[in-house]
Amino acid sequence: MSISPGTPGPAALELRGVTKSFGAVVALKSANLTVQMNSIHALVGENGAGKSTLVKVIAGLYQRDAGDFLLRGESVNFKSTAESKASGIAVIYQEPTLFPDLSVTENIFMGRQPTNRFGRIDRKAMRDETIDLFGRLAVRIDPDRPAEGLSIADQQIIEIAKAISLDARVLIMDEPTAALSGVEVDRLFAVARSLRDEGRALVFISHRFDEVFALCDTITVMRDGEYISTDNIDDTTVDEIVHRMVGRNVTELFPKAEAVIGEVVLDVSGLTSAGMFDDISFQVRSGEIVGLAGLVGAGRSEVARAVFGVDTYSRGTVKVGDTRVPRRDPIAAMNLGLALVPEDRRKQGLVVDSTVARNTTMAIQRTLTKAGMLTSGAENAAARIWASRLEVKTNALDTIAGTLSGGNQQKVVLAKWLATNPRVLIIDEPTRGIDVGTKAEVHRLLSELAGQGLAILMISSELPEVLGMADRVLVMREGRITAEIMRADATSESVMYAATHASEIHS
Amino acid sequence: MSTLTTKPTPNALLTGLGTFLRARETSILLALVLVIVVTTIKNPNFLFSSDGFRDLLLTPSILVLVAVGQAIVIITRSVDLSVGSTLGLTAYLTGRLFIDVPGIPIIVVVLAGIALGAVLGLVNGALVAFAKVPALVITLGTLYAYRGINVLWAGSDRVNASDMPKDFLHLGTTSYFSIPLLTIIALVVLVAAAWYMRNTRGGREFYAIGSEPAAAELYGLKVTKRILVAFVACGALTGLAGVLYAARYGTINSQAGSGLELDAVAAAVIGGVAIFGGSGTVWGAALGAVLLLTINRALPILGVPDFWQRAVVGALIIGAIVLDRLLALRQTRKLRETRNDSHE
Repeated sequence: MSISPGTPGPAALELRGVTKSFGAVVALKSANLTVQMNSIHALVGENGAGKSTLVKVIAGLYQRDAGDFLLRGESVNFKSTAESKASGIAVIYQEPTLFPDLSVTENIFMGRQPTNRFGRIDRKAMRDETIDLFGRLAVRIDPDRPAEGLSIADQQIIEIAKAISLDARVLIMDEPTAALSGVEVDRLFAVARSLRDEGRALVFISHRFDEVFALCDTITVMRDGEYISTDNIDDTTVDEIVHRMVGRNVTELFPKAEAVIGEVVLDVSGLTSAGMFDDISFQVRSGEIVGLAGLVGAGRSEVARAVFGVDTYSRGTVKVGDTRVPRRDPIAAMNLGLALVPEDRRKQGLVVDSTVARNTTMAIQRTLTKAGMLTSGAENAAARIWASRLEVKTNALDTIAGTLSGGNQQKVVLAKWLATNPRVLIIDEPTRGIDVGTKAEVHRLLSELAGQGLAILMISSELPEVLGMADRVLVMREGRITAEIMRADATSESVMYAATHASEIHS
Repeated sequence: MSTLTTKPTPNALLTGLGTFLRARETSILLALVLVIVVTTIKNPNFLFSSDGFRDLLLTPSILVLVAVGQAIVIITRSVDLSVGSTLGLTAYLTGRLFIDVPGIPIIVVVLAGIALGAVLGLVNGALVAFAKVPALVITLGTLYAYRGINVLWAGSDRVNASDMPKDFLHLGTTSYFSIPLLTIIALVVLVAAAWYMRNTRGGREFYAIGSEPAAAELYGLKVTKRILVAFVACGALTGLAGVLYAARYGTINSQAGSGLELDAVAAAVIGGVAIFGGSGTVWGAALGAVLLLTINRALPILGVPDFWQRAVVGALIIGAIVLDRLLALRQTRKLRETRNDSHE
């Protein structure tokens, strides 16, 4: 399946059979990527397909466990980002990391400023070259202003200018357009095309197929850490690519028990927060699991936080039953029966230095206190009930929560919220970073809870999880709900389509 | 505002003046001038007697050296709280060398003081850079540890002026063209440090590391090495200050330099060095040191009661931080606006 557009000869960048594991987790099973000079190559795949890991291997941040890595036909072995940079590879991340206090010019040249004999930095030469670089890129950025306050788009341009001044031959852009406006995307594409025409090789990672097809020459699909295919962009279609990205059959993985679906418990209507999400309306009924799917950054977690009252919103209402949930008041939301299990359990869900018992009872502390005092006896008694119901695997309730496995930590967080007797459970990425065995257990638990009449809103980036668990799937794309798909109609393709295409979905 | 073509400058001098007036250091200089003028009106001897003029320059010189070192460390997003103890140890070493090694050349003693300071700085730097413990905690520890070593070494002994050679003590009081030697040394160090911080890769990397450590790693800067260099420089400058302290005061006990660390941090903060690194200049820190000590001397003359004097210093520090915060907010807003302009 080899293809060679434009230039013959060795590829600018070639990886073959690259593998990478982190402990027991295999991030890359067998990754291939061949990028020719004079071309823009798209790298696509679902969240967790291994694109970012592959990029980090190329950037020298990770070292591969096995496989070949060739740069212009020669085998390379980067031990640091500095080495990969020196070999002419530049990575432009979605959100660049710059020095906010230093000028744009200094940001481009830091660590390799032009100096004269006495080691004095030649500021004029540096500034002139910056102006020259911006001229070539046809952008207008003041070279003397500090980097602080620059838009993401301008920050990316600075990174690109840096890459050009280093004469990078391979530029990798990791979802560069995610935070850009239309005009900014056009500018970036113009820059990318001119870099290609100078003979450089570009790798473009994106979830937006319209952009991929407008910009790129060739496309490689990855799935579950494996190479799937490489094609000329003209020889393939969006349908084909989407099919390859998700192509697997996993709906049987999670046994979802049928539950009696009752009346509406959570009713969200017209929820809007400028720049985050827009006109979000949905309902969750008792006994129902509603999956909220979409790509990372689509605004799903932000909606969850707003519904629970952690963040505010400008318009719209949230109701539990018939009672309106006040804006920005998590305590009131809790009292009305809402519970939120956040995405990052170590940071937001758990006090990692505290005990299992203390964590489990954290949300119900007030009901456990007698005359303002909290006894560990009361704590342990309350915690024991939940720990055994959720089968938290720990020797003792005074184990420090941070030492538990990911799956058991998640159970502790769940126990904490279930102890409040919620009517609605919002759970964000319930099984992220949890091993396969425990995953199924978390799913069984959610299914069981739904069976007992709990209304569950489950945010998940893992399609199999959404398809396996949800009675109904809502798909968000760039702050809006773009599709509502019933369980019977939900397929990988229909969800992926809605997550990547604005409005042209037909399920 | 954000244009690529250089704006036509009608007068380079005017532009330079504009930059000078907008600089954070200028406000400190103005405050300093104000203090001197007001105090001199109250008591002309403050500036116009020969002693007054000399004290004005001499008093802050030692703190200027320490503040310059402190500023370098703070700019890299660290802090060195052990400078008072470092100064104490190097000052005592100076006295001991004269007592224990009769006839030792003065230059050797000066170099020994600088070297000891550098070693103490290296210990701080190594603990911060390799153990990855915040500098605040590490140097709080070495503050006590170094002072403890000093007490152990000196006991209740003290070095008196009569223990040190006349030529050496002379350094602390002598003047050239009515400018004290200590002030000249402080100025030379200041100019050299300022030049280094502004014009060399090493100097700019201090700012880079302080501004965003994560970016410094991504840029491939040698972060560990630079942090070590910053602490060694701070220690060496403090060591020099310790030697000069011995020459100036003549009497050194185990408590020499106690509390100096707070003056040094205060000087840097008053002078506009951001406490979280990345911005500020050693000029500012030096001016901050001069302002701090000059106000200390001016307040009694102005008839401010004793117990108010420390409160004034406190107000000065808080005022400086509030001013910096306001300026930063204004700048952020301005930078956002210019960014929006450029997108029209």
